[in-house]
Amino acid sequence: MSEKRSESRTGPGDNSFYGPLEDPAGDAGYAEHPPRVGFFTDTSVCIGCKACEVACKEWNMVPDDGFNLLGMSFDNTGALGASTWRHVAFIEQPEREPVELGMPGFSRPGDTSGAEARTDFRWLMSSDVCKHCTHAGCLDVCPTGALFRTEFGTVVVQQDICNGCGYCVSGCPYGVIERREGDGRAWKCTLCYDRLHDGLEPACAKACPTDSIQFGVLDELRERAALRVEELHSRGVTEARLYGHDPNDGVGGDGAFFLLLDEPEVYGLPPDPVVPTRDAGAMWRFAGTAASAFVGIAVSAFMGRRR
Amino acid sequence: MTREQLAVPRAEFRSYYGRQVLKSPAWNWMIAAYLFSGGLSAGSAMLAAGADLTGRPGLRRVSRVGSLVSILASLYFLVADLGRPERFHHMLRVAKPSSPMSMGTWILSAYGPGAGLAGVAELMPSPLRRTWLGRLMRWLARPAGLWAAGTAPGVASYTAVLLSQTAVPAWHEAHPYLPFVFTGSAAASGGGWGMVFAPLGEVAPARRMAVAGAGLEVAASRIMEQRLGLSAEAYTTGRVHRLRKCSEYLTVGGALGAVVGRNRAVVAVSGLALLAGSALQRFGVFEAGVASTRDPKYVVVPQRERLDANEAARSESQVPARK
Repeated sequence: MSEKRSESRTGPGDNSFYGPLEDPAGDAGYAEHPPRVGFFTDTSVCIGCKACEVACKEWNMVPDDGFNLLGMSFDNTGALGASTWRHVAFIEQPEREPVELGMPGFSRPGDTSGAEARTDFRWLMSSDVCKHCTHAGCLDVCPTGALFRTEFGTVVVQQDICNGCGYCVSGCPYGVIERREGDGRAWKCTLCYDRLHDGLEPACAKACPTDSIQFGVLDELRERAALRVEELHSRGVTEARLYGHDPNDGVGGDGAFFLLLDEPEVYGLPPDPVVPTRDAGAMWRFAGTAASAFVGIAVSAFMGRRR
Repeated sequence: MTREQLAVPRAEFRSYYGRQVLKSPAWNWMIAAYLFSGGLSAGSAMLAAGADLTGRPGLRRVSRVGSLVSILASLYFLVADLGRPERFHHMLRVAKPSSPMSMGTWILSAYGPGAGLAGVAELMPSPLRRTWLGRLMRWLARPAGLWAAGTAPGVASYTAVLLSQTAVPAWHEAHPYLPFVFTGSAAASGGGWGMVFAPLGEVAPARRMAVAGAGLEVAASRIMEQRLGLSAEAYTTGRVHRLRKCSEYLTVGGALGAVVGRNRAVVAVSGLALLAGSALQRFGVFEAGVASTRDPKYVVVPQRERLDANEAARSESQVPARK
């Protein structure tokens, strides 16, 4: 497997639908283009202020999505969607998942550590966004060409083309893109395509007061993220991990990746997403076999005795 | 291997307040209805071409009309389900192999005119049949019908890829089986249509096609339920389970009727049962996909198991002495 991957890395045009791909914009046909950009969202410094949600709505003129109280946490936005392109998740949990060792102890719980360690819960906050995948399921399945790869390596919907077929909604392994009620077209984060053209960073990153959302050239962000994880590990935050940074994952790595403090599913993220296009070849082969069986059934129906 | 290891593991998993990870499909019942009507049209087109070539004018006529009516219904369902129906023609601005919907658009664009011409030729009123246009249409009906039959296998099978090339667990995981369920269902419904409307003397090919199609559909459907792992639950629980059970009873009953039926009424009722069974099969598969997006377990549990297995394999290869 790894041999095949390194082999296909050599030529451009290979790995268009699965596997590591150095240059998605080049693969999409841009001869000259700026470097691939993206987001590194470091959730360890997110304070849950939701400035990113507000800035995104303001800049992109995204309509409101209702004033709902979800009754589960300080998160009343719920999930990404047609009218929610940044979503801050709030998770309230015991600081450590209780570990049952099955050993009898002789001291009272908490006696061995200082009083300052006796926090009974922690908050996890994380600003979620479209991942701008290297292999984007939404883009692959779009039948009109409304979804396209930009010169920055991001994925954007052209609203004058989209006819609201809804295929992208089911094609996304992260559950990001959605058809907007009353409008009929599919909407998602554009990574502020208009602002990128003017050399500005996206509105959410601009508004983030703690630099939890960092915008930049993807390669630099990946280096910075690796350093940050190392630093957190050395400080004893061993649960820090990156999510979506790996070009060898099921979507070829995300343009927007994260530093998380727990497993991805706790944040509502799929643990190991795979672009559906990976299996397209196998699917068509099965369909071809089934179509042959269909022909066989029809032909054999006209054989044998006449009645 | 012990029995316990073979069983589907209990779904214990973590999630974000139990909320769904994926978006549910944007499609409504019309897409399920299209899956049925498209399959029916393809099955009828095959039957019509066979009847044409073997000299069965009655069966040819009802099958051509059936494939015309059902392809028109299909096109209506497809356009009406769009968020912006007036932009349906935007599908025609690209041909994109990575998108099964784009491929399907072109398959239907190839199939539609053939099925349409053959069907219209059968429906022409007799004054029109004598004009030059009528004679041209009748002369074109056979090549058009054969063209439709040549593209019909694509129409019957591509819809399985359409559903499978998504992140929807119950559709994606089913990709080795769905094409057989769908083409079997298409043959069963096409045969069923012929059994309902064709003259009894020419109905034999329709019966044989219906029986073989029903057999393929039920067998593929059963195998799918056994091999899917966790996603099988989406097919075998709740409302979807009831839909698919009804489908199976109707399909098997209709096939039995097709084998033993000797009089008009039994054959026609069996044909109706096959049509209904095929329709319920499509609605069942459609709803299974929707159900598998509603519960995060279908996403999280298999992906978590995959990650943990990879992790275990990696640590095992690093420390070969460890058991």
